Amino acid sequence: MDTNKKTIVVFSGDLDKAMASFIIANGAAAMGNEVTMFFTFWGLNILRKPEKVKIKKSFLEALFGWMMPRGAGMLGLSKMNFGGMGASMMKTIMKQKNVSTVQELIESAQSLGVKLIVCTMSMDVMGIREEELIDGVEFAGVATYLGEADEANVNLFI
Amino acid sequence: MAEILINARGMQCPGPIVQLFKEAQNCASGDILCIEVTDHGFKKDIAAWCRKTKNELISLEDEGGVIKARIKKN
Repeated sequence: MDTNKKTIVVFSGDLDKAMASFIIANGAAAMGNEVTMFFTFWGLNILRKPEKVKIKKSFLEALFGWMMPRGAGMLGLSKMNFGGMGASMMKTIMKQKNVSTVQELIESAQSLGVKLIVCTMSMDVMGIREEELIDGVEFAGVATYLGEADEANVNLFI
Repeated sequence: MAEILINARGMQCPGPIVQLFKEAQNCASGDILCIEVTDHGFKKDIAAWCRKTKNELISLEDEGGVIKARIKKN
């Protein structure tokens, strides 16, 4: 089997873009590729645990954390979100058409060995701590991403 | 040589190829994987999957919206 590498930078925290990212990641893994996803800025929100984690934070960090969606189930659409109504409509349709949710796609990706790497600088900026993110993710910086991207033949920024 | 039937009816992309990949990992060389899918994109996808994973697509039929593919694992 070809062991081509694919890397995806997940910058966006929108529901539709998160879905696209994880569909590509799952597909690539199923084609026998080694896949690494890097989560930075808004993309971090996709990997947040849905429950509130008690951590001591500064006022601004706490406010930021409160303003951003807590986990894959809370993401909004990049277009036509209408305060979350668009996202609910999309999720209803997805359910009717048997399309996997982002949470299911994340689980599937992890079971296929897709590496999920979180940018530590973004974590710092957004005040998100390791305990607030789902299990099985790794923490690194831009050099790790560039190292992987150098070996990959496809690199996406979503 | 074993023959494995995978029912991926009703599954949306990328479900069928993920399922196929997982089953193929547990197969021996020469085993036949038969997969049934209702997602239309699969007709083209299966050819690409076989090419990339170096498995052989033996047959591909569309029976009233159900796509049936037979793949030989190499």
